[in-house]
Order: sequence, then C-alpha cells, then structure tokens
Amino acid sequence: MIRFNSVTKRYADGGVAVDSLDLVIDSGEITVLVGPSGCGKTTTLRMINRMVEPTSGHILLDGRDVTQIKPTELRRGIGYVIQQAGLFPNYTVLDNIATVPRLLGKTRRAARRQALELLGKVGLDPALAGRYPAQLSGGQQQRVGVARAIAADPPVLLMDEPFSAVDPVVRQQLQRDLLQLQADLHKTIVFVTHDIDEAITLGDRIAVMRNGGRLAQLAAPAELLSRPADTFVAGFVGRDRGYRALGFASAGHLPLHDEAVLRIGEPRGAARDRGQDGWVLVVQDALPLGWLRTTALDDAADDPVTPEMLNLGGTLADESGTLREALDAALSAPSGRGVVVHEDGTFAGTVTASEVLARIESRAAHLREQATR
Amino acid sequence: MTALWDYLRDNHAEIQSWAVTTLWLSLLPLLAGLALALPAGWLAARHAWTRDTLLALSGALYTIPSLVLFLVLPELLGTRILSAVNVGVALTIYVFALLVRTITDALTAVPSELLAAATAIGHSNLQRLWAVQLPVATPVIAAGLRVAAVSNVSLISVASIIGVSQLGQLFTLGESTETLTPIVLGLIFFVVLAFLYDGAILALTRVLTPWRKAARP
Repeated sequence: MIRFNSVTKRYADGGVAVDSLDLVIDSGEITVLVGPSGCGKTTTLRMINRMVEPTSGHILLDGRDVTQIKPTELRRGIGYVIQQAGLFPNYTVLDNIATVPRLLGKTRRAARRQALELLGKVGLDPALAGRYPAQLSGGQQQRVGVARAIAADPPVLLMDEPFSAVDPVVRQQLQRDLLQLQADLHKTIVFVTHDIDEAITLGDRIAVMRNGGRLAQLAAPAELLSRPADTFVAGFVGRDRGYRALGFASAGHLPLHDEAVLRIGEPRGAARDRGQDGWVLVVQDALPLGWLRTTALDDAADDPVTPEMLNLGGTLADESGTLREALDAALSAPSGRGVVVHEDGTFAGTVTASEVLARIESRAAHLREQATR
Repeated sequence: MTALWDYLRDNHAEIQSWAVTTLWLSLLPLLAGLALALPAGWLAARHAWTRDTLLALSGALYTIPSLVLFLVLPELLGTRILSAVNVGVALTIYVFALLVRTITDALTAVPSELLAAATAIGHSNLQRLWAVQLPVATPVIAAGLRVAAVSNVSLISVASIIGVSQLGQLFTLGESTETLTPIVLGLIFFVVLAFLYDGAILALTRVLTPWRKAARP
C-alpha cells in the first residue's frame, strides 16, 4: 500500500505542483492518476520513487517513509515505465531487461536467463533478444519497457503515460496485455495518463486530479461515470457517460434468438430461403463473418457466397460481456439483430436493441429502488 | 621515386629513431589528453558554473601558440629545452583543450529522458555515466578525438623548429640543405600517420558502438 499524507510539492518559483494530497493506493490494484496537463499527476508519481522530493508531507510505502530509504535501493524495488519506453539504445533487448537484476547483483548469465523468460511473458518473440531498441517498433519497445520494469519482480510498478506515443490499435493491444499480465502478477500499479478512456479501461480505481495538484475524486470507474463528484470531474469524464457506464454492467443472460445461418461457399440461392427481413448471417466454421443482403442478390443462384459480398459493419458481443457490448452489437448490425458469440468465438444467437434496452431499463429501475430503500 | 628510396636507405637508422619518437609523441598525448578531458568534461556537463569555468580555461589553453608553449614548458617543468617531454606535455594540453568542449557537449546531448529513465530504475550517478551516458556519447567524443589526433600529428612537425628529434626533422633538414627529397618523404610520413589515426579511431568507434550500425536500416 502506498499512502500520501498531506503531500505538497512547491517549486522554487512558488508554483505548486501538488497541493496537500491525501491518497491511499491499494496493493495489487491498478490506480490511475488522470487529469489535464499541469495537474501534478506525473509529479505525484515521481515522488513515490523520489525522482521528485516532496516539500512537505509524507509518502509511506508499506508503512515505511520513502525518504528514509536510499534512493537507488528504493528505485530498484519499484518498476518504472515511461513514454517511449526509455530503453537504453546501446543495450540489446535482453540486456535492457536484465538491467535491474544486474544492478541488484545478479550475474550476467542469471540475469539474461531471467530476461529471456520475460520476453515471452510480455508477448515478444525470443528471437528479438539480440536486437537493439532502434530495430523495434514502438509497440515492441513498450513491451520491452514493461519487461524491464518487472524483471526484478518488484511489488510496485509506476507507469508514466507509457502507451501515449503509439498508435490507437497498438495502444489497445498493449492495454489488453497489461490487464492480462496484471491478472497474473497482481502488482500495485500506479498509472499516469491524460486519457480518461485509458483510465477507465485500465483502472481498478481512478484518481482524477485538477489543476493546482488537487485530488478531485477517487473512485472506481463505474462510480466515476455514474456519480462524478463535481462539475470539473463531470466535464473531464466527458460525454456519453451514461452509455460508457454500461461497459461496467454485465449483460447477464440475454434472450438469444436462433438464426438460420449460411456457410461461406454455399450457393446464393440458399440465402433467399434462410434470410429474415432481407438479411442472413454468414459463418465460417461456426464463426460469424458478416451479414449478406438477400434482396440485392443477382440471378446467379448456383454461385457460391464469397467474403467480398458481406457487410462487415456489425460488432460482436461476448455472451458473458457487458450491456454496452450487447447494445453496440445490436445497433451496429445492418439487420438490427446483434450477434452474440460464445467464449470461443462461435455463434451463440442474436439479440435486438429493444431487448437490450429493456434489460437496461429494468437494471436502472432496480438501482433506483435500491437507492431509495 | 628512386630518390626517396635511396634517401630512406641511406638514412634508415636515423629515420627509424625519429619515427619511434614521432609515434609516441602522437599517441601518448592523445591518450593522456583524453584521460584528463573525460573527468573534466563530465564535471563541466554537471553544473553550469563548472561548465563555464572549464570551457573558458580550455579555450584559453588552446589559444597559446604552440611555439611559445614549447619554449616556456622547459622553464616550468625543469626539463631540458630539447627534451621531447616538453613537446609531449604541450600536445597533451592541446588535446585536453580540444576534447573538454567536445566531451562536455557530447555528455550534455544525451537525452534527459534517457538519463531520467536510468536513474528511475536505480542507477547511481556513476553507474549511469558508465552504462548509459558515456556509451551514448561515444560517437560524438570519437569525432572530436579524430580531429584532435590529426591536429596533434600536424603539431609534432612544428616541434622540429626547436630541434626535438622526430620526423619533423626531415623538413628542417630539407630546408637547410635545400633538397626536396626529405621534405617530400616527411610529408608522406605525416599524411600516412594522420590517416592511420583517423582510420584506427573510426574502426574502434564502430567496434564500441554496434548498436549504431543496427539503427541504420
């Protein structure tokens, strides 16, 4: 556990980066510090490993005041990941990862062996071990950065906007992988970002900070969306709060409808017989591929159905997913019938938007009832 | 061409001893100057005031004309006026003066985020210098060293004016006897020596920084 006791950081020019901050960061959780630039979130993070020293107040790491621990010793016990990874260009991937174990006195051989195991853990090909950082993509560099941070198995991990320099697709993948890694490792992670969506995706708890280094709200993502503490938080959390909050509500057992599906390669003629309201779902090995418009088919009834003919607009909802996923699947399907899949990706059934909305309504009524009780 | 060979054969004993002196006069000051400039440059790169002081000092040192230095040093060091030690010390001063600025700039140019990352994962200042800062600064330092090595070689020949025995003697000899052969031979020796240093430092840099080659696609 990391505890901030009325911590203030004031710079020589009088500017206040962090103002009497009280914050408790629980062990084994991801706590995200989020806020506009200049709100003191990075300063807060850096005070934990003494990269920045507080002007007043105390920071306790598992009960020990961090200022009582020698900086190098403290930092070797805390993983650290920054934007663009901060990898050493003169070290190979393997030696970058092996850095902290080496600093802690491990032999080069032992440290490298350990580093090699970590490559797989962060989703990197062991063949990259001998490469230099300049030879890697941005996403790969970030993975090496994460591997380096966890190499000495520190209980605490500090991450300072680690994913902000990569493109959205890679960022989403890195976020997913971090959550998977965390499910395995249960580190105490303090994650700084200016991106509220990233905060909501990753955080077990989110600390929203405002200019002048003050804590505006500390809450779980669902609560932050449904009950922002003030207008600043409400504005920062942004639009679509109601819709995004559905991303934290389990869809439960939705009333699924069966569909007469068409397998890819089957003759087009069959589509007309199985279609419903002008659309038929096309699958391959039971995996949904897309929707086929039966009214637009030409006369070549014996020709097979090909992937090029499909409408790919619909998203897929997981059977055990959230209300947001289910509603999105229904709204995005050209047929109006949202596709729900089993855990292995195979087709489970379809659900309509009104059915999902009914579920949302009854859930909201239930919550209102609870609140008034 | 044959005149050169004949001259070389006739005077090979003398030329050989001059060559030995020239070699160590070009090598030792380079190494000594680098060894002195590294800590000075490191110090200069750490604080604004050390930087200003050291760079002013090295600038002043470099403006002293070499001939003056060759003549003043015996007084200061208590060496004989014709001793090669004077030349060695003078050249060391020039190498030092040239390299302090290069090394300061090279160390300062290492990205601060990279240094912060090294500190944040637990390097002490010295570990950080050794593991990250120096290696990343090596290409720039090496470029400065190449300049220093070549300027060093050309300065050695000046020492022949004060009569220190080394290959520069070929020039004064040629002038006094009004023959071209020793002058041409001397030119060839110095040009070859300058190229050798340049190539050797370049090759050494490549070996020390394999990661730079990797960075090029």
